Amino acid sequence: MAGGMTYTAADSVNFSTAEYYGKVLVELGAEHPEIVALTADLGKSTKIGMFGQAYPDRFFNVGIAEQNMFGMAAGMAKAGLVPFLSTFSVFASLRSADQLQTDICYQNVNAKIIATHAGTSFGQAGSTHHAINDMAVARAMPNLTVICPADGMETVNAVRAAYETPGPFYIRINRGFDRVLYPSSDYGFEVGKAVTLKEGTDLTIIACGSCAFQALQAANFLENADGLKVRVLNMHTIKPIDREAILKAVSDTRRIITVEDHNVVGGLGSAVAEVVIESGKGCAFKQLGIPDQFAPIGLHEDIMSILGIDSNGIIDAVREVMGKDFELDDDWDDEV
Amino acid sequence: MPLTKQEWLALEKKAHELRRLCLDTTYWAGSAHIGGGMSSMDMLTVLYHKYLNLDVENPNWEDRDRFILSKGHAGVALASVLVDYGWNDPEQLKTFNHSNSKMGIHLDSNKVIGVDASTGSLGHGLPIALGTALAARVLGKDYKTYCILGDGECDEGSNWEAAMAASHFKATNLISFVDRNKCMIDGPTEEVMKLEPFADKWRAFGFIVKEVDGHNFKELCEAIDFALANETDSPVMIIANTIKGAGVDFMEDNYLWHYGAIDEEKYNKAIESLEAYYEARKARAEKEGE
Repeated sequence: MAGGMTYTAADSVNFSTAEYYGKVLVELGAEHPEIVALTADLGKSTKIGMFGQAYPDRFFNVGIAEQNMFGMAAGMAKAGLVPFLSTFSVFASLRSADQLQTDICYQNVNAKIIATHAGTSFGQAGSTHHAINDMAVARAMPNLTVICPADGMETVNAVRAAYETPGPFYIRINRGFDRVLYPSSDYGFEVGKAVTLKEGTDLTIIACGSCAFQALQAANFLENADGLKVRVLNMHTIKPIDREAILKAVSDTRRIITVEDHNVVGGLGSAVAEVVIESGKGCAFKQLGIPDQFAPIGLHEDIMSILGIDSNGIIDAVREVMGKDFELDDDWDDEV
Repeated sequence: MPLTKQEWLALEKKAHELRRLCLDTTYWAGSAHIGGGMSSMDMLTVLYHKYLNLDVENPNWEDRDRFILSKGHAGVALASVLVDYGWNDPEQLKTFNHSNSKMGIHLDSNKVIGVDASTGSLGHGLPIALGTALAARVLGKDYKTYCILGDGECDEGSNWEAAMAASHFKATNLISFVDRNKCMIDGPTEEVMKLEPFADKWRAFGFIVKEVDGHNFKELCEAIDFALANETDSPVMIIANTIKGAGVDFMEDNYLWHYGAIDEEKYNKAIESLEAYYEARKARAEKEGE
């Protein structure tokens, strides 16, 4: 566990997820003079501006120019600084994707991208401001660690871990207030290790970001209503993915549902599917997320409901998968 | 300090040796971006052999001056310079562009010693150089960052994002060049995508612009000395008017030599041309040097 203060869920009434990020970055900045911060006119929105207020000489607002920001960060990292960059996820992953890949990942520099307004969390802004494929883009870039924290507590841990771990990081956090999953930041976060939120043997839900809270709610409901034992994994690290936890879920529960606020193409569900398929061990599998279309406009919780990635949608999906007799298939001859 | 005749002649000799090495490397590789390599070579020579504060024994010295070749396709020229400098095994040049070589067309900063940024995708070098320059300020160091851009590369919007920021952040420890050889892959720059009035564009973004003959060491040194002595808040951009393929008569000013293949016959002709070019350059240094 990294240094710094332990945050508790009580603070979550006051702080949005991004505010936790801002606070932790200010803490880190006090301890580590080599940390610098860059933003592209989103100091207030992403809360990286809190660092700028504390350490104006180490803060660079480049204006609305993301490509330059990523290049500058690479140059700063090459010179020995540890740059943190913040803009909206959709811009961090697409507008400056060439710089993210070439300047940051190819050179394998020690730069940390904390991208806010992830998924559909800036719902009313519409598709120009939804990040529906940032994890797909980031996951396909060698050297890049990709994390999607579930709430403010996990963001605290992820940001600290990013500082402590050499190499480039992409952390996507939501706009606004997340539902609180963890009572405290002191729960044993480790990059690349899924957190088991609930044990179960009937089915495993693997979720990330704000969907982790929804998955846990769904599992608790199903235990009471249907008597189902549903395991819930918070797969906060999308890359490197926790293969061990996935394979254990395959063998223990034989049914997996993935849930993410992201296109079903290329994100958490795809990453889990790759591990399952390569294992050669079959299991029932269903992906919940944005079904390869642009998401509707609306409040984040409404969009999650429409997409079926809230607890109600997850409950429906679990019942559907539990109802499938996936082991019997007349067209399948496993003697061949 | 003005360039002495002796220094000038020494730079001419070094530039000639480096042009030969660049030609050899192109020949060993079969083909390379020799046109833009030759147009940049005098800038590279004067930087590595007069201005850059480097430690031959310690290529990663943290107080060293930085050099970023934004026109990364001129890697064949920079590779020659960095091998000649003693930082990379000369045998590596014989593998340039070969499968599994440490040296490809665009040099990898994690594989080739002395490369401060992996460039190749255009419009990346100036932002990186600006970051390196601003890092010196944060770290309290007085190293300089030098950057060479291609002129065709200046079509990329990211350069102008960086230009705006360099001016805004008063990055006067960043000294930039454009290799203005007026050629790009598909034709002359003014036909493919007009850059003129080019100097005015940089001025409008807050730079002090010096326009020089990029194959004249006296002019190059005057411009760099000006930039080093600059006490204003504005960064300096040196527009070096150059000739694509400079030194090889059949390549000169021909955009088709952006990337080209060299057989033995062309190689021998090129050597002959480089010798004549060197003689003429020496004569000019003798005549104009002081």
